Amino acid sequence: MERWWMPLPEDVSTFGPRIDSLFFTILWITGIVFVLVEVLLVYYIVKYRAREGRRAIFSHGNTRLEIIWTTATFAIVFFLGLASQPLWYAVKEPARFPRGGLELNVTAKQFEWHVTYPGLDGRFGTADDFEKRNELDIPVGVPVHITLRAEDVIHSFFLPQFRLKQDAVPGMEIPAWFQATKTGEFVLGCAELCGLGHYRMRGRVIVQSQEDFQRWVQQQTQVRTADAAR
Amino acid sequence: MSTIALPHEAQAHALHHDDRSFVRKYIFSTDHKIIGIQFLFMSLFFLLVGGLLAMTMRWQLGWPGRPIPGGAILGDAKAPGGVMLPEFYNALVTMHGTFMIFFAIMPLLVGVFANYLIPLQIGAPDMAFPRLNMASFWTAVPAGLMMLASFLVAGGSAGAGWTSYAPLSAVPEYSGVHTGQQLWCLSLIILGFSSLMGAVNYITTVINMRAPGMTWFRLPLPVWALFITAILILLAIPILTGALILLYFDQTIGTTFFLPANGGQPLLWQHMFWFFGHPEVYILILPAMGFVSEILANGARKPIFGYPAMVGAMIAIAFLGWIVWGHHMFMSGMNPVLGGYFMVSTLVIAVPSAIKTFNWLGTLWGGSIRFHVPMLNALAFVSMFVIGGLSGMFVAATPVDIPLHDTYFVVAHIHYVLFGGSLFGIFAAITYWFPKMFGRMMNETLGKIHFFLTFIFFNLTFFPMHLLGIAGMMRRLYDPTQYPHLQPVQPMNEFVSVNAFLLGATQLIFVFNFLWSLFKGRKAETNPWHANTLEWAAPSPPPHGNFEVTPIVYRGPYEYSSPDSPVDYLPQDRPPLERPSPAPTLAPAGN
Repeated sequence: MERWWMPLPEDVSTFGPRIDSLFFTILWITGIVFVLVEVLLVYYIVKYRAREGRRAIFSHGNTRLEIIWTTATFAIVFFLGLASQPLWYAVKEPARFPRGGLELNVTAKQFEWHVTYPGLDGRFGTADDFEKRNELDIPVGVPVHITLRAEDVIHSFFLPQFRLKQDAVPGMEIPAWFQATKTGEFVLGCAELCGLGHYRMRGRVIVQSQEDFQRWVQQQTQVRTADAAR
Repeated sequence: MSTIALPHEAQAHALHHDDRSFVRKYIFSTDHKIIGIQFLFMSLFFLLVGGLLAMTMRWQLGWPGRPIPGGAILGDAKAPGGVMLPEFYNALVTMHGTFMIFFAIMPLLVGVFANYLIPLQIGAPDMAFPRLNMASFWTAVPAGLMMLASFLVAGGSAGAGWTSYAPLSAVPEYSGVHTGQQLWCLSLIILGFSSLMGAVNYITTVINMRAPGMTWFRLPLPVWALFITAILILLAIPILTGALILLYFDQTIGTTFFLPANGGQPLLWQHMFWFFGHPEVYILILPAMGFVSEILANGARKPIFGYPAMVGAMIAIAFLGWIVWGHHMFMSGMNPVLGGYFMVSTLVIAVPSAIKTFNWLGTLWGGSIRFHVPMLNALAFVSMFVIGGLSGMFVAATPVDIPLHDTYFVVAHIHYVLFGGSLFGIFAAITYWFPKMFGRMMNETLGKIHFFLTFIFFNLTFFPMHLLGIAGMMRRLYDPTQYPHLQPVQPMNEFVSVNAFLLGATQLIFVFNFLWSLFKGRKAETNPWHANTLEWAAPSPPPHGNFEVTPIVYRGPYEYSSPDSPVDYLPQDRPPLERPSPAPTLAPAGN
């Protein structure tokens, strides 16, 4: 690991950098508060240690200080709440998902991920649909819409490099989306304890250029049709 | 107020007729102090069990697939050849959380100190319902034994996490655990009755049995904290019990409350569990806040800074605890609009938490600080609680929670709150009230060695977990090296494991100090810390019935360094001194 003190995985989705930047904003705010409080604590411990002949100040508090730190904390959390809302809805609220792009069905079951592709016609439930196990092939630069289902227990669809996580719950169909900004191979993991094989419920995300992806879909559809003909 | 407190004569009578048999006195005792001490031994035992489970887990995480030293005794069903199986790892994860939360931290904070402290600090001879109190302890014991025994049944103990999400927890075919999962439900249902019996007792006692003059705003902060906690327990535990009964039905008689078939809902379990679970988080921290406030004031020789703000903040935390449960479910598929709401309510908790922190700092300001062992642990509480609180901001902000949810970042966060916070608070409280409980002092030097080593190894164990979470390491993961993105951080897992073992080994110092001091410690005086609260007016240890005469309270609990007193403390029950009347003001000043 290059930077063991900040081991963020590579960031390869469109909303990933916005999430990371909010992470660093919070890191700055909490970092400053942390240093302030701990320095003050240590300073007081040293300065006000018991010494011969000195008596503690007899004070029961200070209303003005109470008002100041209450208001200041409130202002900070208000700002944080405000700064977080738009990004949260951009990632999670289906009404705000971008239009168009690739649609996939992902079904989780103990202990594997099944990804269904609509094939060349772009529609599910037709003959050219095909399925991949523990492999999520997607094109770069295109929104990918996923409908998540689970067959048995709750699993959690986790793409660390895309800063995306969404539980898959039996009996529910949960929409999620992301868009890759880079080609390459990335991690798909399960983040919710799902049984004794939870630790190996792992898949790969393979991001290709849009042309390569089209070729790949064609190939897969042909394989599928050939299989069907046999 | 305090009309129920026994008249002096009746109480003195009780004191002089302590001819109970050994069994009535020490085993089936109705004395709140003995019950508190019984809870102490029980929960310290489970604390050790929970710690051992954690260290076993850390072995696997540090060196996946390597045989555990001495692991052969676990048997082939758990660890063939000493190498643990994933199902045993899941059992460890589940039982570590369950034992620590329900059988160690919660009874240490509430079972021990609500029982021991409330009557003593409010000046009462005992609890309002002593027999109910005894029943509370003797209900907790079988619950704990049942949980412990579940390791021995076929299929092993529960393995669906301490949160036991359905359907995994509801269907044996999914988890591979049959009886263990049911015993988990039954044990917690039984324990729930113990908690409820305790809670009604604490609430009634605080309301009805305060000594004359002990007004609400003269209550020591531990009593306030435990009173608020008892209300949370009374309201939260029935929800857990209800959920557990439904889950038990799903497991045994074929209902589908939490299964998608026939209209059931897996998310319903999460809503019920966390509607209990978040108040539970505050049940696990509020009492520690109370103890720490008490000890900081004592160590700093100053009144607590902002007493009304401290009480208000605790009430605010308790109230907010009811409207934030959804923040455990941001990724659950719950409507994102709800997520937006729960983020705001969660962030607001930072306000009362900050009020408490700043007031603790205010208490230290201008003090004359004594660094006795309880004080050191209380100071550690403040500094570690700050980290636990601040790391909570990351996971409260929903967008940042997306990558961090269910990773080691969360594990780090809860351990900074529950170990860095609650457990340091518990160490502070045990070392502070040990002389009152057992009439002997604990060894200061051993206490300091234990404190410093614990502080160091605690941070070396849990701080890197933040980084592991940032790197994307999921919770409850049997073998992190399975994932390519986690292979580079494996050295950090080894580092954490080594420090976890050292942290565990350090606790032996505490065990030794505790047991040694029990028999060989220096005899404690009545008021060794020069404190103000009423328990220090009773002998160490206090007899059955506590006070020879019901104390009368003249002032608040934290009048340290008051100009009214020649020494730097002023007990609550000391009658006001006759002060010379002020000089006549008629004489012109300066003449």
